[in-house]
Amino acid sequence: MDKKIISLSLANPEPVNMNGVQKLSVGIGFAGLFIFVLALLNINFPYKAGWLYGSIVFILAGIIIYSISTYKKLPEGIQNNGVYFKSISSKGLWGWVTGIVLTALYIFLYWYPEYLGMGKDGTANKGLVGFFDPLSYFLNGHAATQWFVYGTLYTMAIVGFGYKFILKYRHNKYQLVRTISVMFFQLGFAFLIPEILAKLNPTLPYFSKDIKNMWPLNYYFFEDWHLKGMLGGGNLGMFMLLFGLAMIFIISPILTYFYGKRWYCSWVCGCGGLAETAGDPFRHLSTKKLGAWKFERWCIHFVLVFIVLTTIAVLYTFLGDPANKVLITRNQFTLGVIIFLSVVIAAIFIFRRKQLDTDSKFTLASLGIIVVGVILINFLSGQNNILFIDSYQFRSWYGFAIGSAFSGVIGVGFYPLMGSRVWCRFGCPMAAILGLQQKLFSRFRITTNGGQCISCGNCSTYCEMGIDVRAYAQKGENIVRSSCVGCGICAAVCPRGVLKLENGDEKSRFDYSPILIEKDNIKVSG
Amino acid sequence: MNKINEHIIIIGNGISGITAAREVRKQGGQAITVISAETDYFFSRTALMYVYMGHMKFEHTQPYENFFWQKNNIQLIKALVQKVDTASKKIQLDRGDWLAYDKLVIATGSRPNKFGWPGQDLKGVMGMYSKQDLEYLEQSTKNCKRAVIVGGGLIGIEMAEMLHSRKIAVTLLVREAGFWGNILPPSESAMIGRHIKEHHIDLRLSTGLIEILSDRDGSARAVVTDKGETIDCQVVGLAAGVTPNIDFLKGSGIELGKGVKVNRYLETNIENVYAIGDCAEQQEAIDLRKPVEAVWYTGRIMGETLARTLCGKRTAYDPGPWFNSAKFFDIEYQTYGWVWAKPREYENQFYWEHPKGKKAIRISYHKETKAFLGINCLGIRMRHEFFDTVLNNQLSVDNVISNLKKANFDPELFTTYEKEIKTAFEKDHSNLIPTNNG
Repeated sequence: MDKKIISLSLANPEPVNMNGVQKLSVGIGFAGLFIFVLALLNINFPYKAGWLYGSIVFILAGIIIYSISTYKKLPEGIQNNGVYFKSISSKGLWGWVTGIVLTALYIFLYWYPEYLGMGKDGTANKGLVGFFDPLSYFLNGHAATQWFVYGTLYTMAIVGFGYKFILKYRHNKYQLVRTISVMFFQLGFAFLIPEILAKLNPTLPYFSKDIKNMWPLNYYFFEDWHLKGMLGGGNLGMFMLLFGLAMIFIISPILTYFYGKRWYCSWVCGCGGLAETAGDPFRHLSTKKLGAWKFERWCIHFVLVFIVLTTIAVLYTFLGDPANKVLITRNQFTLGVIIFLSVVIAAIFIFRRKQLDTDSKFTLASLGIIVVGVILINFLSGQNNILFIDSYQFRSWYGFAIGSAFSGVIGVGFYPLMGSRVWCRFGCPMAAILGLQQKLFSRFRITTNGGQCISCGNCSTYCEMGIDVRAYAQKGENIVRSSCVGCGICAAVCPRGVLKLENGDEKSRFDYSPILIEKDNIKVSG
Repeated sequence: MNKINEHIIIIGNGISGITAAREVRKQGGQAITVISAETDYFFSRTALMYVYMGHMKFEHTQPYENFFWQKNNIQLIKALVQKVDTASKKIQLDRGDWLAYDKLVIATGSRPNKFGWPGQDLKGVMGMYSKQDLEYLEQSTKNCKRAVIVGGGLIGIEMAEMLHSRKIAVTLLVREAGFWGNILPPSESAMIGRHIKEHHIDLRLSTGLIEILSDRDGSARAVVTDKGETIDCQVVGLAAGVTPNIDFLKGSGIELGKGVKVNRYLETNIENVYAIGDCAEQQEAIDLRKPVEAVWYTGRIMGETLARTLCGKRTAYDPGPWFNSAKFFDIEYQTYGWVWAKPREYENQFYWEHPKGKKAIRISYHKETKAFLGINCLGIRMRHEFFDTVLNNQLSVDNVISNLKKANFDPELFTTYEKEIKTAFEKDHSNLIPTNNG
């Protein structure tokens, strides 16, 4: 299960193609992982902390040396030679092995952490989780959990493979800065700062201290235990609560207006961070079929409706409990949600009716369904049930089906089979909301450079979100798509300089190039 | 105006023929048949190299999913056209049957030049144009240690890049004194030459092919150059340009020159027969263009133009200001307007090169009028729309120099060099620039 790192470090597992330094680096990385395997098998190490830090250093060193020996000697440029010949990046044997190992890791992580050594009911950790105890005590003052191990490995993957990505795209400053950004947010905001804050505030109840972690991606933000944690968490808890609300309703809309959803999805987000770094060798595996786009619309909006209604149901129950001293009543809350969503829907109809495409119609319909759902909740629910079902039941279904199975097992486990953005594309409810805004209220677009497209297909092939970029570029049409995360790889791999991510006047976003179709411009709709 | 019962046959499913088919379909309900002997479906020829290099699979070079053609009622036939009978308005396919047309579009593209070199038909000797060429290259390079490419142009460097990506040693023979020397001025040519060598390609300038030597099985084993050298190799790439693929039209009555002769409306001498793309030859060259343009972009514009004519709105081929692009290994090239390798008498040229030698621009302008004439960009992306406007309105070179920031199309956060370029321009061309230029 710890092969997670092994397999990903092997961007090119074909021994014939590896030079001596590459083999050595893979050996070093494997050695680090082998120590994890031994720990998992409950081998007791003397000086456990030394072995732990040593193995982490070995793994990172392996990745770094591998990256240097792979890319440094090559002239700067696009390095996609052989992507479709390598077993790991073309759904060959290594790809499947990696996919299965990653999937297994997630299954153990979510449902059988005791096999990783997680101590049950207060017993001491063993195995791999126990092996991470020294680092956990050092950072947060507690014994490790499977989530601490996961967070550490996750951060190592983003930082290690982020370095690899930087070398691979070192000629491209946009990729360089963007990757440093995701590495920084993962290492600092998602990993170190929350752990250290936990250590500094040992008496506070648990709540997420990752301020970049936004609802609805962070689906438990409004759950009762988390709200109680923040409300009982002193100044830090109140800050997290207020900042979390500000992120959702103020900061995110403003940033998305100016920069598109990329400010989050490919510059800040942890899911995106892993996809862009460790997931980079698999980005081309996303399907570009029209059928997949249709499925994407149903799937992502189903998740959106599911999580928003679940959250509202949980909040509804929370507000109904007199033990929770809160400022608003259930009725005020539901009325507020209904008014807010109705205003949003009405505003879109009034101001953006002409720009609605099928994607945004689906999102709008989802918002409409949510309003109906909220009304039903208000009228058909008792004290502790929502629509005759315990609201906590909804929550646990969401947690199981979406939070764990979809975003974790399929989202990352299937990297080598379905590409690196399966979750972001088909599942992430946050992506759906930001996407609606990106489509309708944003300055962001990918500009097509006149008539320079040669329809080669590199852009579409390397789009991790499965957007058929070429379909727009060859028509001289700008790309304004809800799902675009603005990673910029389409523009990087384009051999003719046709694509440019940019923020500009909202009015010119949908313009066609006047050059491609000469003189009297026929609008293309093929 | 659209005659629903009309049958349009398009020979060739490349960018020209397919663009014509799609544009006709958008405008009208005619029956459309596209015939190709090469592939079942349209693909991007320019992307074949990426299939060999493992960047993409062949299916990725197909811009439309396979259902597209049926959905849009465009009939595809995989066959080779043997004969065109313009009197009875019929064509004969290699499978034997005859198809009747009301309008015929010839869009058969090019084939690689072979200049009668001894050994040019040996096994392992090939051009790089069609999907079959790609398959043959794949097959021929299974045990290839060294390949020799003949021709210092776009296809030559692409073949070099392809083979190099498979770790095959490549010798590139270039007849001219610099890479693509008839198009690129010496500085640009030298820059690309350095970059080719940086990729460990054995670049031999001013060197031509004399003959290809055969082994006992009739496979290429070496080439002999005009410098008297013999270079051992297993594969020889012939990339010395292309020529229109029109042999099947001989004797059809359709006027042929180098290509199929057409007027500005892309009409041949025979009524209801048209030619577009690489295989068409303008009776009179348009502005500074060549009569035969074997370029993706012009093929596409011809397809769009002809579609209007076919749908009843007779439209002249008016390609507008020249533009083109390429990529030489890692260095991208874009050009807008005309910059001649050997400056013409009315041209002044300004050249700026980045100290690291991988970025450059060359601007051409008129000595007397100071009108902007064209730009070569290497390693810097520029906005097509900007230069299209400048060229259409004959704006001045000062205007371009002052607005380079607006013209730049490099990705965000890239270092830009407008200031350096402007300073260099003002230094070298100061006597030509009014001082109030801002």
